[in-house]
Amino acid sequence: MNASLTAWISGIGFLAPGLADWPATRAVLRGEADFVEAPTILPAPAILPPAERRRASRVVKLTLAIGLEAAAHAQADVSTLATVFSASGADGHTCHALCEQLASDDRQISPTRFTNSVHNAAAGYWGIATRAMAPCQVICAYDATFGAGLIDALGQVTLDHQPTLLISYDSEYPEPLHAVRPIPDVAGVALLLTPERSEHSLAQISVAASTAPAATLTDPALEIQRLAIPALRSLPLLQMLARGEGGAVVLDYLAPTQLQVTVTPC
Amino acid sequence: MTPLLLSHYTATTCLGRGLDATRAALHDGRSGLAPCAFETVRLDTWIGEVAGVDDIRLPAPLARYDCRNNRLTLMGLETDGFAERVRLAIERYGRDRVGVFLGTSTAGILQTELAYRRRDPVSGALPADFHYRTTHNSFSLAEFTRAYFDITGITMAISTACSSSAKVFAAAARQLALGTIDAAIVGGVDTLCLTTLYGFSSLELTSPLPCRPYDPARNGISVGEGAAFALLERPAGLLPGSVLLLGTGESSDAYHMSSPHPDGLGARMAMSAALRSAGLTAADIDYINLHGTSTPANDAAEGKAIAGLFGDRVACSSTKGATGHTLGAAGAVEAVICALALREGLLPGSPGTATLDPTLPIQYVLRSRPARIRQVLSNSFGFGGSNCSLAFGVAE
Repeated sequence: MNASLTAWISGIGFLAPGLADWPATRAVLRGEADFVEAPTILPAPAILPPAERRRASRVVKLTLAIGLEAAAHAQADVSTLATVFSASGADGHTCHALCEQLASDDRQISPTRFTNSVHNAAAGYWGIATRAMAPCQVICAYDATFGAGLIDALGQVTLDHQPTLLISYDSEYPEPLHAVRPIPDVAGVALLLTPERSEHSLAQISVAASTAPAATLTDPALEIQRLAIPALRSLPLLQMLARGEGGAVVLDYLAPTQLQVTVTPC
Repeated sequence: MTPLLLSHYTATTCLGRGLDATRAALHDGRSGLAPCAFETVRLDTWIGEVAGVDDIRLPAPLARYDCRNNRLTLMGLETDGFAERVRLAIERYGRDRVGVFLGTSTAGILQTELAYRRRDPVSGALPADFHYRTTHNSFSLAEFTRAYFDITGITMAISTACSSSAKVFAAAARQLALGTIDAAIVGGVDTLCLTTLYGFSSLELTSPLPCRPYDPARNGISVGEGAAFALLERPAGLLPGSVLLLGTGESSDAYHMSSPHPDGLGARMAMSAALRSAGLTAADIDYINLHGTSTPANDAAEGKAIAGLFGDRVACSSTKGATGHTLGAAGAVEAVICALALREGLLPGSPGTATLDPTLPIQYVLRSRPARIRQVLSNSFGFGGSNCSLAFGVAE
């Protein structure tokens, strides 16, 4: 890897246990508010028609919330944005329900449940909700999922020279899968990455490979979240953005390869 | 985009293991579909099952990756000398300069389906020999491939349902263009499982007969499985017959989760984008490998998009009557079929299709025949409205 992976961060969306949106998260990461862990609160997606809103799954609500928050920050038209969805798993509750029924005597699964089981379900609903016909990528790299999504999104920004919305997120499995993949709750981060600086840009980032250990968070409760939820491996970067700091920060990627992100604030 | 060389490629499907078996079946118009007798599945449908998958043994240090999907991954990698060519690339470029980009829709979820039958009767826990990360998770095949070759370059799985392993070509091409890697293992692997067989059946999208793409009597898909890989590199010293990735095009339908845009608008956008990326026009294309799943809606939408962009000038066919719909592997399987078509000068026919649907005014190839083919497109469309079209060419 080299330093040709570069973009401006022009919008941020965030949602995690105890962290309701980017302004609330920024206050915590700046040390202006305490992190108090609490179940993730998913807002009702106003962009969906009422019937769809009721049916929307947790990951659909999550990705709409953070994606729209990041786009609103930059006053970007979501219907024109290329997207990169990056998730360490598909919808856990749907997967569990299907596996449970397929292990029973009645294998006649619900067609809607099957449709919603695909890894790109949230991406599909995003397109339907926002009417975005631009390219939409959907990635998985287990615990390295945030880094993998960032790499592809930066590639699109650089080569296609167009804004790209990275939406990295995870969701919990119910038992018994929870025991083997203990993601505690839904959480995610959205970054609107643009090829040029705008009045909304927060910082320029460049990504290169590194073998240094990843940065950690000093708040032990937040550090637990960083390690428990793959999308939150982004938190050390977000902390720099929240504080308006410049410099280099190393994020977990695929051992032994890490990602060094160089941040230049606006 | 700057063209990239497919320096080596391989495909394993129900047609057989490797390029020779695939080429012979395509040439003879043979289908690999058979009535479904997979596992305990009781459905009135035909499937494309790969023979001998469960005889494959993973190396002992990688035993935790053992599942049908990674067995087929290994089977595919160890076909046509592909693994040797990967090792040569690693030697040439370094283990951190070779990336892995693999597509799948369900990875090793069969392993989880089987584990759910063996839950602890008291606690409900999954059995101790079940390994979520290395079998079920969508990344498992990419992580397995990375571990198998001991490489450390950029690695990702792409999972956009049935367009997954077409989109890996676009993602890998970006990193090669940026210079973050020097070679990429691209491909797709999907294996038969209960989720997809009962799932497509629940949507009434499986046919009780072998699928018949673009036939007026078509009534559903035949689910298949497959593993296909290509080694992508920047071209150096092209030989006649060398196959090149010329362009990639991606789009979203933004219309419905499981039905295509009725006029194929997203499909048309993806094909136009692939042509633009390749610096080609519609007149430059000699063959299109259609997505052609054989459902009434899918083929009608794609057919309209083709007729709108190409009229009836370009020879087209779906090869899913031969291979079945290999879902997340279909993009890579059909990329390899396109490579064979270019290299061999063979227009693949469409086993199972008796006549072309008269409402779709395109030039459909029913029977395989020789032809001069210089540039082709390969279409892959998936649930969630995910579309990808790839342009390939051949060095003369």
